[in-house]
Amino acid sequence: MKPLVDWIESRTGLISGVGHFLSEEIPASSGWQQVFGSVAMFAFLVQLLTGILLAFNYAPTAGEAYDSLKYIIMELTGGRLIRQLHHWGASLMIVVVVLHMVQVFLWGAYKKPREATWIVGVFLLLLTLGYGLTGYLLPWDNRAYWGTVVATQIAASAPGAGKYVAQLLGAPDGVVGAVTFARFYAIHVLILPPATLALILLHVMLVRRHGVAPAPGDEVKPKKAFYPEQVFKDTLAIFGYFIVLYLLAIMVRVPLERMADPTDTTYIPRPDWYFLFLFQLLKLFPGPLEIVGSVVLPTLAILALLAAPFIDRTGLVAVRRRVGAALVVLFAALGWGSLTFAAMASTPKNAQSSYDATLVEPWQRLSPKELVKPDSVAPDHIKLAARVYVKSGCGACHQANGEGGKLGPSLNGVMFKRDAAWLEGHFREPKKFTPNSTMPAYNFAPPEMQAMVAYMLSLPPL
Amino acid sequence: MEQGRRNFLVYTIQGLGAVIAGALGIPAIGYLFSKPKTVQTGSWIEIADLGQIPQGEPAEVIFTRRRVDGWKVVTEKASAWVVKTGEQQAFALAPACTHLGCAYHWESAKKEFVCPCHTSSFSIDGAVQAGPAPRALDRYETRIVAGKVQVGKVVQSGEGA
Repeated sequence: MKPLVDWIESRTGLISGVGHFLSEEIPASSGWQQVFGSVAMFAFLVQLLTGILLAFNYAPTAGEAYDSLKYIIMELTGGRLIRQLHHWGASLMIVVVVLHMVQVFLWGAYKKPREATWIVGVFLLLLTLGYGLTGYLLPWDNRAYWGTVVATQIAASAPGAGKYVAQLLGAPDGVVGAVTFARFYAIHVLILPPATLALILLHVMLVRRHGVAPAPGDEVKPKKAFYPEQVFKDTLAIFGYFIVLYLLAIMVRVPLERMADPTDTTYIPRPDWYFLFLFQLLKLFPGPLEIVGSVVLPTLAILALLAAPFIDRTGLVAVRRRVGAALVVLFAALGWGSLTFAAMASTPKNAQSSYDATLVEPWQRLSPKELVKPDSVAPDHIKLAARVYVKSGCGACHQANGEGGKLGPSLNGVMFKRDAAWLEGHFREPKKFTPNSTMPAYNFAPPEMQAMVAYMLSLPPL
Repeated sequence: MEQGRRNFLVYTIQGLGAVIAGALGIPAIGYLFSKPKTVQTGSWIEIADLGQIPQGEPAEVIFTRRRVDGWKVVTEKASAWVVKTGEQQAFALAPACTHLGCAYHWESAKKEFVCPCHTSSFSIDGAVQAGPAPRALDRYETRIVAGKVQVGKVVQSGEGA
């Protein structure tokens, strides 16, 4: 072993390089408050790994993306776990990056000579948000599609540049389609990851160049070594992050909604939680002022972040005495929190967002004729309903799972439009609910009625 | 720093790192190496009328089949070499050489199957005559129903058969 280690060291210098990196001296005051940068880097690496794994079985085209993701979730060992790690990891990464930024801000660690480190950090935050924006489209379900329609139209509404941004995103005139998808995917996997790696490298180099920011009093205390004391704290924090992420990925199911449907007029689009505040902000600026909320304020906020080290030019101040910085964070949090809360409160219950294509049972895809076969596998009440369905001749006018006539509407996906009470009422008195209906009334006995309603509500969208 | 404490810190760092690596690595291995959960049950496909196939001379038959390919079902062309061995008997050879998968063909002059890649040759029943092929040609499951040849899935031939 030792000759090999010696050889690597003599030819590459890697061993002493790592040793040099780990033995960096840090101020005596450093400790738990500095763990967020390491956690953010770890969060990025988890996204990188899970993203690569997803790409191994993912077809990045608008038509096939949905089916291949369903295949990953339903057919592959660990597929759902990996998809949910990537999904929840994206949210948690934003949380950690913001916490890192808040810590640096509160402690005033962005001050001279560390302005460049801070600015690179602001760009890393923007990249993180860029992943969220582009990745949102990639499942190609209704949530992805409609969320992206709104996002690209906001971009297109910017004066002057908006038109070109929309064109660059492959959504000229706000039409989201195959080209949009290809570009979002290319940005998500080809542009953002190398850019992030490069900026992280630069960010860490700058941290090394200027050292970890000291607090007042550090100049008289002996410095500490980065390893193992601080690395231990970083590792515990990373582990805590990992436990939270893993529990979320195992316990909180991320639905795959119905496939993107541009003709769907019932869908209520919402962005992911971290963009809800922007979504809500637009509502405060009606009409021609909308651009203030969609473009002007977000741009000013980014500029203010970039300018922070040049605005605050005070010397070394203890964190306890940085009341102004604390107030800025407090007001930002209150503003963000209340906008997000208002957006959530104004979100109506969405029938579609509770539908999960990965939970559809095989029997839900059987045609009525297949269901009535004695050896079909389905719940008893559904088999009862299928017998009633066939006996009553429903298939003469209605399609169910591709079987039947086309005189009446297809029954697949009726779950998004109607509820149980409506369906039962409609069976008994069709004209009362649909005046022009030519459907005869069906007064099924209670168990059969219940079964029929349940059967109708079980037919998945095609 | 006291050595005992230093050891504790170092071992904790390494231990937690190993736990994370395992929690990510084990599902990743399962994900990359496991087969899809839904097992595809093969169905019989009618590929030829036995009456149309000459006896003693293999016939190349092209047919269409539906195959589950990852997340989609594809309709694709496939081929088989059907050898008629009696009025109601035939077998169908899979069209790939057992060496490296090249498509072989029948040389009627030599009365053998020849692979163009590395000159493996096989007799009419698929047995290896010469060349690097490790085993006899693979066969489709075959049955004759009402004078029609039907094939199922390909069954690998025994080693060196």
